[in-house]
Order: sequence, then C-alpha cells, then structure tokens
Amino acid sequence: MSTHLAKLPRLLAAALLLFFLLAAIAPNLLAPVDPLAIDPAAAFSAPGPGHLLGTDESGRDIYSRIIHGARSSLLIGAAATAIGLGLALVLGTLAGFGGRWLDFGVGRILEVLFALPGLLLALVFIALAGPGVTTTVIAVGLTSAPGYARMIRAQIIALRSSAMVEAATVLGRRRSRILLVHILPNALAPLAVLATLGLGQAILWAASLSFLGLGSPPPAPEWGTMLSAGRTYLSLAWWMTFFPGLAIVLVAAAATVLSRSMKAGGSR
Amino acid sequence: MSASEPLLRVKDLDVSFGGNSVVSGISFTVNPGECLALVGESGSGKSVTARSLLGLAGPGSHVRATALDVAGKDARNFSQRSWRSLRGKEVGFILQDALTSLDPLRTVGKEIDDALRLHSSGSGSQRAARVVELLEAVGLDDPLRRASQRSGELSGGMRQRALIASAIALDPLLIIADEPTTALDATIAASVMDLLGDLRRAGSGMLLISHDLATVASVADSIAVMAAGRIVERGTREQVLNSPQHPYTRALLAAAPAGKPRFTKLSPASTHPKPPPLQPEQATVHQGEEDGVVLPVLSARGLIKNFPLSKTENFRAVHNVNFDLLPGQTLGVVGESGSGKTTTARMALGLLRTDAGTVELLGGPWSQVPESARRSRRSSLGAVYQDPLSSFDPRHSAEAILADALSLGATRNPRAHRQQISELLSLVGLAPDMAQRRPATLSGGQRQRLAIARALAPKPKVLICDEPVSALDVSVQAQVLDLLDELQQRLGLSYLFISHDLAVIRHMSDHVLVMRAGEVVESGTTESVFTAPAHEYTRSLLAAAPPSLSSI
Repeated sequence: MSTHLAKLPRLLAAALLLFFLLAAIAPNLLAPVDPLAIDPAAAFSAPGPGHLLGTDESGRDIYSRIIHGARSSLLIGAAATAIGLGLALVLGTLAGFGGRWLDFGVGRILEVLFALPGLLLALVFIALAGPGVTTTVIAVGLTSAPGYARMIRAQIIALRSSAMVEAATVLGRRRSRILLVHILPNALAPLAVLATLGLGQAILWAASLSFLGLGSPPPAPEWGTMLSAGRTYLSLAWWMTFFPGLAIVLVAAAATVLSRSMKAGGSR
Repeated sequence: MSASEPLLRVKDLDVSFGGNSVVSGISFTVNPGECLALVGESGSGKSVTARSLLGLAGPGSHVRATALDVAGKDARNFSQRSWRSLRGKEVGFILQDALTSLDPLRTVGKEIDDALRLHSSGSGSQRAARVVELLEAVGLDDPLRRASQRSGELSGGMRQRALIASAIALDPLLIIADEPTTALDATIAASVMDLLGDLRRAGSGMLLISHDLATVASVADSIAVMAAGRIVERGTREQVLNSPQHPYTRALLAAAPAGKPRFTKLSPASTHPKPPPLQPEQATVHQGEEDGVVLPVLSARGLIKNFPLSKTENFRAVHNVNFDLLPGQTLGVVGESGSGKTTTARMALGLLRTDAGTVELLGGPWSQVPESARRSRRSSLGAVYQDPLSSFDPRHSAEAILADALSLGATRNPRAHRQQISELLSLVGLAPDMAQRRPATLSGGQRQRLAIARALAPKPKVLICDEPVSALDVSVQAQVLDLLDELQQRLGLSYLFISHDLAVIRHMSDHVLVMRAGEVVESGTTESVFTAPAHEYTRSLLAAAPPSLSSI
C-alpha cells in the first residue's frame, strides 16, 4: 500500500521525462502542426479545441512550439551537463590525483569560479564570446563544472587511500591503471545522481539565458525564448508565458524527483 | 518481589521480522545474583533476544512469548512508556560500542546524570556526587575530571567503563550486556570482565551476550548456546565447556585456537572436495637455502616510523623493529591496538616509507627502492587484510578479481584464465558457482577466502596477513586458519601474521614478536614466549587472555 504511494512521484517523473524525451526525438509524432507556421488571423487565441494551449502574437500554436522546443531545451541541458562533467572530471582528477601543487592550483581556480554567482559567470562568458546556442551551452557547462569538480576530487581523495587501492598497489598495479580501473569508475557512480539533478538546473539556466535574449534567436521554438516573447503580452495572453514556463518547471522537477529517488535507492 | 523470584523469565520467545523468524521458542530464566551467558555466532539471534527483553527489538519486529517477565513484571503487553520506566531503572543495558552509545557532544557526567534525573529525585549536587561515586565504582581514575570530559577524550576501555557506570547508575536488578568487551584490547577486556564479575557478586542478575565462549567462561554461571534462533544447548558452565552434548557446541569449542598446537585442524573436516594435487614445482619451495644456511625471505632492520602530531611533536608509531621471516615459517606479531603492528606491516608491504631502517625481500632491497623498481617483484609478496570487502573493487565479480590478479593486471576477462580461476577457487575452498558473484554478496568467510585466492594468484612466496580472522565468527575463523595452515604446508609459503589475539598467534606462529607502543618488547620462538615470557608486558598480556577452555 504505502510502497505504491511512495513510488507514485517517481513514476510520474519518469513518465514526464519520457514524454519530453519522445517530444525531443520525434516532435512531429506528438504535434503535427508546424511550430513556425504563422496564422495572423488566429493570433492570441486562448487555449481551446483548435489550439490546445492557445497561440502567440503571430498565431503560432503554443503546444506545437513547446513540443518542438523540447529538443533544443533538453539538448542544451544535456550538452551543458556533459561539458560541465567533462571539465570537472579533468579538474577533479588533476586535483585529486595530481599531487599537492596541482591540488592547490586547481583548488584556487575552483574557489574563484565559486565566488561568482553561477548565472553571472555565464553572463560574463557570453559577454566575452557573444550570444548563441553554442555559447549558452558552454557557459552553462562552465558554470556547473566547479561543483562537480569538487565532488570528484573528494571522491578520488577518499578512494586514493582506500583498502581497494592499497590492495591493487600490493598486486603491483601502476598508478595510471589504478586510476582508470578502480578510482574513476567508483568516483563517477555517485555523480550520476548529481548529474540528473544538474540536468534540471542546466535546462533552467539555459532557459534563463534565452529569456534574456542570449540563447536561441527569437523565431526558433525554445522555452526560454518563448517565455521572453510572451512576457510583453502577459496581461493579454497569459498562456504564452504560462505553458512554456510550466514545461521548464515540469522537466526540472521531474529530473530532481528522479535523482532524489536514485539517491535514496543507492543509499539503501 | 521476593528474593527467590527470577529477575528474568522468558518462555517460548519468538521474534520475527516481516514473517522471517529470527528467534524461535527460546526459554530461560535469570535469578538474582546469577549470570547467564547467551553465546552464539553472528545471525544466531542472540542480540535480537537481548533487545526484545528491553522492548528494543526494532521496527517491523513481531515479539511473542508465553511468558516474558522482566524484573517481576509481565512485559508482554508493555507500552513504550512502561518500557521506558523499566529501562535504566530496573534493567541496565550495556552495548558493545561505547563510542556510538555515548553522545560525543555531552560530557560523560551529563550522560550518567540523565539516567539519575529521569528516574530518581534528588538535587543536582546529590546527583553530581553520585556520578563521581559511580565513576569511581567502575574503576576510573580521577573520576571528577572524567565526569567533565566527553566520550571522545576517553580511551575505549574508559568509555566502556563510563557506559557501565550509566547502566548501573540506578542499581538495576538486572544487567544485560551485549558483547561488552568485543571491541576492547585483551588487557582492558579482562578488567571490564572483572568489573562485571564484581557487579554480579554484588547481587545483580546478569545476562551476558557474546560470540566468544572463552570470554564469558570467567563470569557466567550457566551458558546457553544459540544457533539459528534456537538454544541448542544449555547447562552450567562446567557442563557446557567440559562435556558439550550438541555437535554445534563441540564445533564451537574445537574452533577456539587457544591451547591447540600448530597445524591441528580447528574446523570439522571440510565438506568441499579436496583441491587437486599441485604441480611439483609449486609443492617444493625451498627459498634461499644456500650451503645449509637458511636466508630469511623477508627481513627488517631498525624500522622507524614517526607520524607528525604537530609542528614540534611526533607520534612514535614504530621504533627500531627488527625481524627475520624464514622460508615456510610463520612470524606472528602480537600487540594491542596502537602498538604499531599495522604500521610495521605497511612498511613491509612497501606502502609506507620508512623513516629509518630497511626491509629486504628475498635478499634484495625493498623499502629503499622506488615503487617502479618494486612493481615487478610485487608478485612474490601478497597481503590479506582484516576487512576483505573493502579491499575489493565493488564493481567486479570474483572471477574478474582473480583474472586481474592472475594476468598481473592485463585483463579482467575471466575467459583467458578459466582453468586457473577454478583451480584457485577450489584451492581456497570456494564453490565454482561463486565465480560470478560480487564480493558484497559473499559471506565474511567466503570473502576472506576470495582475498586469499587473490593474494595467491601471482604465486607469492610471502603473505602478510593483517588481522585476517579478527572480523570472523569463531567457526569461520577456524576454517580460515585451517586453510592458511594447509596452504602453507602445500605451497611452502611464509607468513607475517599479525593479530591482537594471543590464542590465534600461538596456534599459527613459529616465532613471535610482541609489540607495545611501537617497540618489540619480546621476541623468540612461540614456545619460549608463551611458556616462559621474559618481559613484564608479555606476562600481563598472557594473564589477561581468557583462559584456555580446556583448563576450566
């Protein structure tokens, strides 16, 4: 009884993520209407039978745009998380396994990155590299890297002095092999949970940057961009802002719920 | 209640967790001034029994009994409230791990005061005086100062004494002690056991839970042996120890290494098929024999290791340790915790740089050369640890672990070494179907067998065993010790065998080093050290050891 109830949020979260994943892979399956097709006559239609979630100022179907926007939003989130993890892997390994001076150096760099608020760091990067989808991805990845790097460093340091590594040393294994076979895989396992959590965060950040006009250029269906475009007409057509916002919240929340339950499962 | 009434009367106690019966139909009584020992191995249900008597069996537990009288009260339908008034006041509970039982943020005095405050009236100063009195009663020096210290500032033995003080604060009629000395060094365990003996003589009833027959033998009047949730044998101490009836009790007694000569089998004849005979080249190992002079396979000269405590202070972990390990022999290293045994082992393994002194392996330099020069020779030196599970990569299966060891790290694919893996598994007495299992799914004894198999894979000459059986149940310990004996005879291995357990050391070793505070205080043949100890400390260690069971 209670176990079924406890599973419900997890199942819901998984179903939601699957839905958006399907939207990202095959948007035409879920929303056959062209997300870019304008129909000025139907501009600002309220949600209803013709347009499930209403239309925007040019009469484009919001539902279709959200479904078609899933790909770029999820892709940006996933790519940014991957970049963040990759960068963190290098930094964390250097700090955790590279000796005292490298640890000191990397530690200070991470502290500088930590000192700046995440979004500000991303803004600084975009200010230097110019706006666009690629820069958004890199900026968000860069922002999430320090947190991951610290985790990886801590894991590596804990594993470095573990009995497992000692046993491998006694068996005559090289340091490089110990790092690749024993330390890194075991250090990365707990990170998978954190990365799922980070995915939601990255989508949120990418949407924030798009909202500020620094991500995908306006006509493209991207959740943050749609949010930004709808803001002007908030009193006139609330659905233009509400539904893209809801999509962002749902994906981020689902990723969080799923990662929490993964974490709980791992510690059991 | 009258003096003749038992303090504890348990009849047909059943405890189950979610339909799984953990304790079934056990009955016993404890009278005032009597001490009953409940002895069994892990999983026998002894701790669950003790907890059920205090209403602490835990969530999901289902406790049933035809009679469960604790301190004269029928406790079968006790509410949480009635249990609370019983605990501490009429029944004192002593746990194994005093460090986790005491709140690290509160002083010892406060912890003991808690029991007094909850169950008795009395002003703060009266209670403070009682706390000091109690700490003195359990044999803590400078009780006033101890009362204001936190548990982290006390040693293991002092902590256990403080915990006993809080358990007896209200003069409970009954004391339940769950493995009270298991985490303690031999000399300290002996003094804590003496303290419990004194309490019993003062008139308290006592239920003593232990995995070790020898430990309880000095205090208990009667002994009940538990296995798989049932009491398989009970009787007076003399009956159980001298003429055990049940085969399980006999196996437990036989498993204790105390007083058994070298190479005596401790475990009943193994059920697994005998390993196939080895190739002759392996069977005849005569290392380092040159012109009749036997050269040591592993030797240490003047080993010194200090760990910095602060800028000016050093902790002297190991000081001027010398030893020679001869081929085919076992050198036992015995000492209490903090004596430098493990530090010595780590230096011998080349895991820790020596501050001074040298280690030589098979006549060649070892501790003084860089790891790159050691690596190719590592195959002749293996290691077995106390906690085998943490020494395995949790992601790898048993066969992957062995394939890695056999191929010297070239591959973890078991296919290339199928034959050798099955040979190794049968050599250490593991069934072939264990190959695919991960270490976490193996039992403690099976893990240690796998660890030994891994250590043997590169065909070493020397094994360094650091407390290899300390975490194991007595009967499993017996099997692992037998296995090590057998392997030594078949493969001509040399062991550096580290243990805090004198009985194990005596059973396993040809020569013995006794260590204290980083120094070797005595060394010699096992016979001479144990029968005619020259050093004061060795004598006190021997005196503290639980008596050999056959001598009771």
